[in-house]
Parts: sequence; C-alpha cells; structure tokens
Amino acid sequence: MVTSLFLSLLLLSVGAYYLGRKRAFTVANGHIRNLHSLPSFYGSYTALWCLLPALSIFALWVTFQQGFIIDLVVAGMPPELRNLPPDQLNLVVNDLKNLVSGNFVSSAPDPAMLAAADHYRHLRTLGHTALWVTVLSLGILGVVHAWRAISPNLRARNRVEQVVNVFLIASSTIAIFTTLGIVLSVVFESIIFFQKVPISEFLFGLQWSPQTALRADQTGSSGAFGSVPLFAGTLLISGIAMVIAVPIGLMSALFLSEYATPKFRAVAKPALEVLAGIPTVVYGFFAALTVAPFIREIGTSMGLHVASESALAAGLVMGIMIIPFVSSLSDDVINAVPQSMRDGSYALGATKSETIKRVLLPAALPGIVGSILLAVSRAIGETMIVVMAAGLSANLTANPLEAVTTVTVQIVTLLTGDQEFDSPKTLAAFALGLMLFVVTLILNIIALQVVRKYREQYE
Amino acid sequence: MNKTASSNPLQRDIKTIVNAGLVRRHAAERRFRWYGLIAVTLGLAFVVLMFGNIISKGYPAFWQTYIQVPIQFDPAVIDPEGKRDSQALQSADYAALVRTGMRRMFPAVEGRMELRALYGLVSSAGALDLQKRVLQNPDLIGTEQTIWLLASANVDTLIKGNIDRSLDETLRPIKDDQIGWVDRLQSAGQIEKQFNTILFNSGDSREPEQAGIRGALMGSFYTLLVTFLLSFPIGVATAVYLEEFAPKNRWTDLIEVNINNLAAVPSIVFGLLGLAVFINFFGLPRSAPLVGGLVLSLMTLPVIIIAGRAALTSVPPSIREAALGIGASKLQMVGHHVLPLAMPGMLTGSIIGMARALGESAPLLMIGMVAFIVDVPKGLTDPATVLPVQIYLWSDLPERAFVERTSAAIMVLLAFMIVMNGLAIILRKRFERRW
Repeated sequence: MVTSLFLSLLLLSVGAYYLGRKRAFTVANGHIRNLHSLPSFYGSYTALWCLLPALSIFALWVTFQQGFIIDLVVAGMPPELRNLPPDQLNLVVNDLKNLVSGNFVSSAPDPAMLAAADHYRHLRTLGHTALWVTVLSLGILGVVHAWRAISPNLRARNRVEQVVNVFLIASSTIAIFTTLGIVLSVVFESIIFFQKVPISEFLFGLQWSPQTALRADQTGSSGAFGSVPLFAGTLLISGIAMVIAVPIGLMSALFLSEYATPKFRAVAKPALEVLAGIPTVVYGFFAALTVAPFIREIGTSMGLHVASESALAAGLVMGIMIIPFVSSLSDDVINAVPQSMRDGSYALGATKSETIKRVLLPAALPGIVGSILLAVSRAIGETMIVVMAAGLSANLTANPLEAVTTVTVQIVTLLTGDQEFDSPKTLAAFALGLMLFVVTLILNIIALQVVRKYREQYE
Repeated sequence: MNKTASSNPLQRDIKTIVNAGLVRRHAAERRFRWYGLIAVTLGLAFVVLMFGNIISKGYPAFWQTYIQVPIQFDPAVIDPEGKRDSQALQSADYAALVRTGMRRMFPAVEGRMELRALYGLVSSAGALDLQKRVLQNPDLIGTEQTIWLLASANVDTLIKGNIDRSLDETLRPIKDDQIGWVDRLQSAGQIEKQFNTILFNSGDSREPEQAGIRGALMGSFYTLLVTFLLSFPIGVATAVYLEEFAPKNRWTDLIEVNINNLAAVPSIVFGLLGLAVFINFFGLPRSAPLVGGLVLSLMTLPVIIIAGRAALTSVPPSIREAALGIGASKLQMVGHHVLPLAMPGMLTGSIIGMARALGESAPLLMIGMVAFIVDVPKGLTDPATVLPVQIYLWSDLPERAFVERTSAAIMVLLAFMIVMNGLAIILRKRFERRW
C-alpha cells in the first residue's frame, strides 16, 4: 500500500525528469547554448519539484495517520468506553487494533467494539485514499510549477546543486545524531534509575540481584544493584582473553613481519584474519558446546571443581576472537617503524631477535599499547560469547574456574523477555549501558590518541 | 714483544667471550623464532579447529531420516460424505491414517503405551504431508500408497549414530522397543536418509525435525535490505562531503571524531539506542526487520564512511583538476569523475560492512528479534528473526538434533560470509587501479 504509492511517485518523478528536459529544449528553441544549464539539470529540477514536497507530506502523513485515526475512533465510542482511565483505554485501543487486523482478541467482542472497529476500518480506507490523492496531486502540482518556471535564464544547475549539497551535509550530521541519540537514550533512563537506586550503591555495591519483589513479603528478592561483581566478572573474562590474545597476536605479528617469507605471509595473514570475520555467535556456540565441557572434563580429571559455565571457557574463546585484532593492529605498528632503525641495529651485530627486543619493540611500544587498549575495549563490549558461555549469577571471585557474569550479559538478560519501562530492573540495564559506553569510549579515545601520536613520530 | 704478548691474551679473551656468547645468542634467536612460529601455528590451528568442529557437527543435518509407511487413504476417514469438499479435506484426521499405517507395519504391537511409542517413530509433520498430498491430488483418496514419512528427531539421531545404545534405557530418549522397530525397518530397507529440504524451506519449530532456517534467512534478507538502502547512500554522501566539500573547521572535526568513536562503540549499545529511540520513542513495532535494519545501518555507517573516504583519497587530484579545468562544477566533477573511480573501493567497504551486519546479533536481541517465530516474514514490519539470532536460540536447546541444526545454520551463515568477503576481494582485485 505505502510501497506502491512510493513507487508510483518515483515513476511520476522519472516522467517529470524527461518532461523538464524536453521543456528546456523547447524554451531554448532547440539550441542548448541559449540555456543557462545543461538540459538534464532542468529535468532534475522538475523531478525534485515533483518529489520533495510530495515526499515530505507523505512522511508526515504516515507518521501521524494512525494516532489521528485512533483519536477519532475513541471520540466516536460510546461514553462509557471513552471515559475510561488512560491505561484501560490503552487496552481497549489494543483490542481494537487486534480486532481490525483479525488477530486474537482478549475477550469476546461486544457490539460497541465491533462498531468501533468498523469505524476504524472505514477511516483507514478513507485516509489511504486521501493520502493517494494528496501525494499524487502534490507531485503533479510540483511538476506544473517547475514546467512553468523553466526558462532559458532559470539557474537550474545551481538550484539542483543546492539541494544535493543540503543532502550531503544532512547525511554527514547523522554520525553526530547517532552519538547524541546513544548518549541521550542511556542517560535519560539512567537518571530515572538513579532516582530509585542511589548512584553510590550502584557504583560501589557488592551485591547484584536485580529481581525486585513482586509482593512485599517475598524473601530473597529485595533487589540489589551493586555493579562491582559485574565489572569484576567482565575484567576477569577480558583479562583471560588478553592473556591468550596478546602473546599469540603479538608474536604472530612479529613472526609474520620479520621472519616469514613473503609467500608464507601471503597465506598465513589472511588465514589468521578469517578469525576476525567469524560472527561472534559462532564463537559463543563453540565456547558453550565444545570448550566449556572440555575444560570441565580436564578439571574434573585433575580433581578440580569447574563450573560448567566457567570464566575460563568464555575468556579463552574471546581471546581467540581477539588474536587477529591484536596481530593486525600491531602488524601495522611494526611496519611503521623505519627500516633504517633495523639496519642500524643489524650493523652493530645484533641478531634478529635482539633487534626486535631492543629496538623494534621499544620503538613500537606506544602503538602496541594503543592496539592492546583497543582490543581490551572490544573484549569488554563483547556480548554474544559471554551471553552463551558465561554464567548469569553475579559472583565476586577471581577464580577462573567459577562462573561469573558480565555487564553485557546482564544487559541482555534484563532487556529480553517481558519488560515494563518503569521498574528499576530494566532501567538498570540502561545504567549498565551508560557505564559500558563511558568505559569503552575512554579506552578508545586514549588508544586512538596514543596510536596517532606514535604515527606522527615516524612520518 | 711485550706489547703483543700483553694484547694477544686480551684479544683471545674477547674472542672467546664473544664466541661463547654467540652460542647463547643464537640459541635465543632460534627460541624466539620458534615462539613466533608456534604463535602463528596456534592461531591457524584455532581456525582449523573451529571450522572442523562445526562442519563435523553440522554436516549430518543436511540429511534427514525418512520412514517408508504404507498409507491407505481411507475415504471413511478423509471424506466420509464423499463430496470432495476442500474444507472437509483440509480438516480431516490425517494423523489417524499415519497411525493406521504404522500399526499395519507392526501388527504385533499392542497396548496404549507401546502404540504411543510406535507412533512416536514418525514426526507429527507426517499428517501435514499427507494433507498436502490429498489437497493437491484428491484422486489419492481410496488408494493405497507407500509414502516416505519424516521420521521423528530421536529416530534420526539414532540412525546417525548419536545415541549410545549401551546406555540404560531410562537415560536414552529412545526406548528399547523403538530401537528394535527401527532396526527391523532398517534391515527391511524402509528407512532412508534423504537431502534435508525442510531445513531450507520452513520456519522455526519446537520439533527439531521440522525446524528450518527459511524464516531466519528471510529476516536476515529484509534486515540487510534496509541496512543497505539506508547506510550505502548516506555513507557515500558523508564520505563525499567530508572528503570533497567540507571546510576544515570545528564542525567537521567533530563529525570526524564522532565517526571514529562510533566505529568502536560496542554493538550492544546500539541495541540500547534502538530500543530507547526507535521502539519506545517513535513507537516502531518490536521484532521487525525495519527496526533491525535501522540499528544495523547506524552500526555499519562508520565502516562505509571510513572505507569510502579511503577510496576517495586514492583518486589522484589531477582528475579533479582536469574536470574543473574544462568547466565542470564541483558537483559535476565529483559525480562524473571522482565518484565512479572511487566506486569499487566504496562497494568493497560496504560489502565488508554488510557481512559484519549479517553476523551481528547482540543489538538485535535488544529490539526483540529473539522471539520464537514460526511464520516466514513477508515484509519489513512482520515479526522476524535473523540467522545469527536463530543460531543463538537453537544453541540453547538441549536436543542433539538441534545441536546438529545449529551447526548447519552456522555453516550456512559462514558460507554467506565467505561469499560476501570473496565478492569484496574479487571486486578489489578486478577494479583496483594503481595511479
């Protein structure tokens, strides 16, 4: 319905383009040199006049139509329905929508509801017809206007370029709006959360059990929102991941850039980078179904108690995921060290490994630290692996064989499933999201700054 | 004389020291080299291990066990009134036909419990299959046919050798009686493995043997469609503006800083944004590919912009100057010359961005694309799920048959990723221009 109208409008604008072009030829008496702009610009000018006004009305209409129709329908309902309190009225409206779309209805429809549904359907058809008529006539009006405006002196190119320019600038501001949207959405919900739970408790509390009591006399579900165990768990898992990823990633980068033959490098480097392209949900599956049982088995055979969702399994697999991240970033950094420094070291009689350890690594250290910081921020924000392989209960422990939970796991568990938006439980997820955003942002800014400073040093 | 005598031992000293050290140093050199080689080998081993693990788990899921059952299309059951009324044909008790067929194969089985175990060998989808056949061809009524019916997931797992027969009966999902029947069917050639079309043709299901990835694939398709339609034009426009038009001032600096930071924001935070802004504020429907696409396009934008800017900077300035020199406007210069030359690089970046969006699941969990949805979505606002989220959902289920299907779904997902990345590499190799 909406799509077909959109397509017809597009078709109309294509027609408008050719119409405008032809018109330009006509007013120029067939000689293009009489025109200010190329004929295609007159065509685009006409097409834009056809599209832009019609599209803006179209968008507004689609946004507001449903609310408007519901208001009208509610106004037409019998008074005993109309005067219900707002939340009950919402239920009635929901029933109405279900009735109209032919889905299940919570109770047998009464005549008043059926009448309202008919009213709704009637208004909807009316609205759709009116939308078609308005949008298409606006499009045609635009074409007529442009048609009449076309003259050899019309600065069509400048007009069209202005519109394109506005589009370019608008596109480039989307990045800013996205950041703004992220900040505002998490900050607003967090503020509401901090009104219910003191910020000091959230930051320094050692207890995390977000189940709030349904009844006042319920035990063990008072709801505690201390985020320390979550951050401890996140750090534990990220720490394990870095212990795996940094040595392997760094050593492979060194080997591939300093020792490997070009042929070996050409095969091994992309093969390692395959690890970066695998979706994280696949790593999660691998961690939960292969690595975790394996670690548990080994631990049990050594007489250790290993939780089936141990931090070690999640951290190990996350480490594998981050290897290519560390290796390709440090590879860039190592390659940026000037060859003259290596040559100087060799000239003094140093072996390759001595050159690497005493010259290359100290010179590349800031860059490597930067890339490790980026990897840490990536590990902290990683979600699917920990959701699938780490635990749900918040334990404050440093033992990698026990189950811990992380910030991202809690965000996911708090926000999937049934939810209402005024309970501290769901709001807590946004507060955690805010913390996550702030921490990763700081890490990224420091890392990018360090890497940039370092690059400038050798450029 | 004295001079040489005193210097010679010293020289010999240095030589021995250096020589002695040389052995140590060369050993250290070799060690270091080995460490590097071990690191690379470990990394590559992980790649092989993961692929091997998933493929070995997943490939059996592409075959599915069927049981040959003689079905008598009894008119008394299907169409007692004999009117061939499609309503009646649709609502007839086809499960009864399946049950009769099973009983005829094993007439010795008696007792309620035993019969139920017997009926449990075939999937409940068998009745639907019969219904479809009858609706397509009503002439079947009254005839007798031997039909390959879908076996239940437990039989399938048994046939594939994933149930330990030596285990105690109570610990097995399939009982001794059932194993006996399956063995008899197998030796009679009435059990066969066929290519698993259900996996690709149906939506999700609670029964492993009836579950497919069609719904998730279509959901992924719609989501990626929205993502591409939004992020590609906007990303290209942003890259063009920042690279070709933007004045160097604080505003453009701010935009650049924002883009670089957005590229490193955890994906789950984008999910929070989608939940708070698109669903709660704008009231868009939950679980819809439209919202998923919006969120993923915000995530993909930085990737496309950064790749697009790199592609634009690689176009030499002489092209721009030549175009301006013969009187093109700045926009004509970009539109006619710079953009077409930069397009392969931009497309490569976008394909890589789309491949990442295809594998992304965390933000989609936030906007409700984790629901159990049986129907295949038919539009942008239908409730849907995507392939990675389907994998996540299935990986939680305990049945062995679902583990197999999860791995198979992962193989399909990885195949798509490989195709997309391969396309990007070909595009780059084919159209990359050195100036």
